[in-house]
Amino acid sequence: MSAAEEIVTEAPAVEAVPKRAMTLGYGTSLIVLAALIVIPLFVKNFIIFQMTMLLIYALAVMALNILTGGSGQFSLGQSAFYAVGAYTSAILMEHAGMNYALTLPIAGIVCFAFGFLFGQPALRLSGVYLALATFALATAMPQLLKLGYFEEWTGGVQGLVVTKPDAPFGLPLSQDMWLYYFTLVISIAIYVASVNLLRSRSGRAFMAIRDNEIAASAMGVDVALYKTLAFGVSAGITGVAGGLGAIAVQFVAPDGYTIQLAISLFLGMVVGGVGWLPGSIVGSAFIIFVPNIAESFSKGLSGAVFGVLLFLVIFLVPHGARQIAIIAQQTMAKFKKN
Amino acid sequence: MTAVRLSLTALASAFALIVTSCNVAMAQKTYDIGASDTEIKIGNIMPYSGPASAYGVIGKTEAAYFKMINAAGGIRGRKITFISYDDGYSPPKTVEQARKLVESDGVLLVFNSLGTATNAAIQKYMNEKKVPQLFVASGASKWNNPKEFPWTMGWQPSYQDEAHIYAKYIIKHRPDAKVAVLYQNDDFGKDYLKGLKDGFGDKASMIVAEESYETSEPTIDSHIVKLKATGADTFISIATPKFAAQAIKKAAEIAWKPLQFVSNVSASVGGVMQPSGFENTQDILSAAYLKDGADPQWNNDPEMMKFLAFLKKDYPDGNRLDGATAYGYAAAQTLVKVLEMCGDDLTRANVMKQAASLRGFTPDTLLPGITINTSPTDFAPIKQLQLMRFKGEKWELFGDIMSGDLSN
Repeated sequence: MSAAEEIVTEAPAVEAVPKRAMTLGYGTSLIVLAALIVIPLFVKNFIIFQMTMLLIYALAVMALNILTGGSGQFSLGQSAFYAVGAYTSAILMEHAGMNYALTLPIAGIVCFAFGFLFGQPALRLSGVYLALATFALATAMPQLLKLGYFEEWTGGVQGLVVTKPDAPFGLPLSQDMWLYYFTLVISIAIYVASVNLLRSRSGRAFMAIRDNEIAASAMGVDVALYKTLAFGVSAGITGVAGGLGAIAVQFVAPDGYTIQLAISLFLGMVVGGVGWLPGSIVGSAFIIFVPNIAESFSKGLSGAVFGVLLFLVIFLVPHGARQIAIIAQQTMAKFKKN
Repeated sequence: MTAVRLSLTALASAFALIVTSCNVAMAQKTYDIGASDTEIKIGNIMPYSGPASAYGVIGKTEAAYFKMINAAGGIRGRKITFISYDDGYSPPKTVEQARKLVESDGVLLVFNSLGTATNAAIQKYMNEKKVPQLFVASGASKWNNPKEFPWTMGWQPSYQDEAHIYAKYIIKHRPDAKVAVLYQNDDFGKDYLKGLKDGFGDKASMIVAEESYETSEPTIDSHIVKLKATGADTFISIATPKFAAQAIKKAAEIAWKPLQFVSNVSASVGGVMQPSGFENTQDILSAAYLKDGADPQWNNDPEMMKFLAFLKKDYPDGNRLDGATAYGYAAAQTLVKVLEMCGDDLTRANVMKQAASLRGFTPDTLLPGITINTSPTDFAPIKQLQLMRFKGEKWELFGDIMSGDLSN
């Protein structure tokens, strides 16, 4: 058996998801969107803050989903990109006095470049080896942020305090509510762009690489370019999420961007359904709210309770939220027939 | 005309009477969110999970203490509801939990939340919301800044205070010392180093060598070798327990015998001294402000007996050898004192006012002679420590209680 054959017969690391199954129908999308717009009008500021964090983590989870679900590459280093985005925004706002909204595209571009460059050496690695290389990035990042050389800008271990923006044009909105709608608009824009990206030629190239690298290169796909591009896009979106996160939390410090965050994002992706972009928000909800639920059961055993809940999810619905959505769809279809 | 004037006067005085009586009524019982006739809601954030989970014991001790206070009738008939959340030592999570406490649970104040970066993350928020961030559980000196952050107050002696005390001791007893400093390259180490330099003041040239290490380094041996090579005869180790033990061991290994100081953070007998080998730790100096539960000299101390009785009856899981129990007990006791001083005026402003007027208060587990004093310009409740020397298998306190204040 030749080496090529061996690779071909190997089961793909990520289950192939047809591109139509990657998104929601129009009707469902509109309902979700309406809920996201209306709910904040009726809840407390604290809940609005949590919903903002929900959107921000959903963006970061979706970025990972494009990388893993789209192009079939693993990453445990998303926290590093998130941190770079957060620090870029924070430093520009606090040291350069830049408007918060302008810092986000810069954070995105910086992270895109960072991810693209990191993608170059990562090209030679695949599967678990790539996961380990990105893991190294995630463990190194908090310490790099503490380095004395950058301390003047990063604030070292003390971190940086970020000023929360007020609503512009004298709009009668609280800071939290303004930031929520601001985040919502950006999230929707990035979601729509991502869906279109995956439906485009580039997206098809990503998926071809995911399903079979050799076949893809035989079809004329520039494997190296698209693999690094996927890394860049994923890092760029994560960077924007990081920047938004810094503004929402009003604080950046190295301790906020440990490997724990990378693992949480990875977890969110799996729970939401690998390769199913709308699942990102479900995954994000899981990583934000389930630890709180676990804590309410028992303080000392919150980690264990979280583990049990996670185990149940993986055991009962291995494909995450996507599986639930499919089941729901089938049941609906049955009702319609009757 | 006179009649009109008369009735006007009467009206005015009647009005004045109403106003004053209103004031009196207001002064009797005033509440902010989180306080009522029957309840005082206290928030708290602890790293029950994550890298600093060992400190979670502090939160558990405090919960047990408030439970005991409630069982004994509460504070002026009001029961304490202690809401403690886990932040896993992650600043973004701390922000979420603090907002939950303030906006969703409606606590009167956030008490003794733990960590430097985690508290820094919420300091601005708490001050914007004007909710007391009371008795922060961190030794950073920045909690004592009533001008900029009038709603934040520390509790334990700051790292800088402790460093001042070592500097004072060295200047007084070893004026010709050549001091080598090893410090951890983070907020803890740097705060401390600044304290040392301030403490030496114009004698800062006594520090002949400074070495910093990263917590990621597997061993700090090379730093110790370098410090020995400078010919220093006094060694101050500003390290967390694992590295402090490594430093003591390595110094013994290369036969470097300076006068050694270890920070209070690493003064644990079980965590640092024993693993370093008792033969290597003789005559090492440190400073303390809490009574050590492992030290038999406190066995018959009436105040310590109260603490031990509390552990036995109300918190049987608590380990007396773990300094975190004595810490949590004393911090909780300080809060109860402040709440008692508030009387029936349980507003956030009054809580800060009373917390800033503590005079000579002594929780049971503080060393005898150390008192808690605050004022509107002094938000550092504990500023005193006592030096101690390691003899045999335990610390022996010596000398007077020393203040970290540089002016005396």
